[in-house]
Amino acid sequence: MNSGADMPALRADGLGRALGGVTLLDGVSFTVLRGEVWAIVGPSGSGKSSLLRLLVRLDEPSAGTVYLGGVDYRQLPPRELRRRVGLVAQRAALFPGTVAYNVRFGPSQRGRELSQGRVEELLSGVGLSGFAERDVANLSGGEAQRVGLARTLANEPEILLLDESTSALDEVSCEGVEELIRSIIRENELTCMIVTHDVAQSRRMAEHVLVLRQGRVAEKGSVKEVLGAHSPVR
Amino acid sequence: MLTHLFDNELLLGAAQAAVALAFALLVMMLARYEHVHLERELTGALLRGLVQIVAVGSIFLLLLRAPGWITVFVLMGMITAAAAIARRRIEGIPGVFVVSLYGIAFGSGLVILPMTLLGVIETQVTALVPVGSMIIAAGMNTCALALERFRSDVESHVAQIEAGLALGAAPAQTVTPYVRSAVTASLIPHLNTLRSLGIVWIPGIMAGMILSGTDPVYAAVYQFVVIAMIFAAGGLTALATMVLVRGRVFGAAEQLLVRPGTGTA
Repeated sequence: MNSGADMPALRADGLGRALGGVTLLDGVSFTVLRGEVWAIVGPSGSGKSSLLRLLVRLDEPSAGTVYLGGVDYRQLPPRELRRRVGLVAQRAALFPGTVAYNVRFGPSQRGRELSQGRVEELLSGVGLSGFAERDVANLSGGEAQRVGLARTLANEPEILLLDESTSALDEVSCEGVEELIRSIIRENELTCMIVTHDVAQSRRMAEHVLVLRQGRVAEKGSVKEVLGAHSPVR
Repeated sequence: MLTHLFDNELLLGAAQAAVALAFALLVMMLARYEHVHLERELTGALLRGLVQIVAVGSIFLLLLRAPGWITVFVLMGMITAAAAIARRRIEGIPGVFVVSLYGIAFGSGLVILPMTLLGVIETQVTALVPVGSMIIAAGMNTCALALERFRSDVESHVAQIEAGLALGAAPAQTVTPYVRSAVTASLIPHLNTLRSLGIVWIPGIMAGMILSGTDPVYAAVYQFVVIAMIFAAGGLTALATMVLVRGRVFGAAEQLLVRPGTGTA
């Protein structure tokens, strides 16, 4: 029986994005197999965040396309695509209200009401047991980022995209969230792409790496080959 | 005093306008003393206002002799002009003129038409055009205020809106809080008008009716009717405008098109 491990979960084919005459991404191609964890690294302005936005179609590619499980994502309803490919942004941008409201938001868009038990389970998974009824206005940066992660996981995505999810946090919070993300990826066997400007972090978290420079793929391959270090994730 | 100096109505009007202009120029000079430079904007606005209002007076002269159906075209022209003015400060929302046009036409039309059929607004050109114009102007103001507030709220909540989209929400759902706040904000001037009616100000129609010898109580009631119609038109315009505009800030693939400071993405 095919476990699906060698199946491409996500394939970008010649992705390009230009805005106002400026090329943000040009000819970006890569294939991510199911269960793989990729780091996307590169200097500021290299197109890392622009690439993630294209992968969930928050922006429209000027060229190329993305295949999700072999299907051209332009053939999928945008809402279905965005449920299947979860994005955790650099800043959590939580909705005003309680933590539970935020966690329930995604499933409720499809008419699915998460039970209190499931909300608590998701919050416990990100180390925030007992936070369900807290007002998001009273959360620290690290806590807000964890709620953002729980909110995305509530949608049960096939692929998780993390956009510098620890960059706005202090060192202690950063280590905690990073460890949390590693364990969530392991436990849920998620396919994951992590944008980071921190090469050490990509060594700690990913098996494969995509290096972007000036909107183009400069290098791609295993972390060991490209960054010359051991990848400890799995 | 001026009435004693001028026998001719046109000359009297010109003299009254000159006195009013002198007050406006005095404001301009006082502002200049405080280093607030209004010269260019105020002079332009005053001249434009004078020319426009004299032109309207002249048009009324022609309308008094025109058949009644011409009023429909006059009101349609006013709605089109109102839409063009309402959209002026709104950059970055595609098709905003059409949104304004439909919004104002819906809001003002839904008040003017039944109120005319019920006889609340008289069908003579001299009644329908001025009352209609007030209702259309109210629609224009609420439309502009609602659009401006909506765009500003969307621009300052891009992260939340895109977070909602990224979680699979419908575009309309992600901007619902900003639609609500835009409708509320656009109606605040009308609510203040209703609250202050008769206490802070005595509106033009009532003042004009009393001056022309109408019973003050009837004048007051009719003024209330006009203000209520203005509020209704404003509210309907704001709601229609928001229903029409909320989808226009998103692209075909449900992507947010509005970005802070850059208009559309």
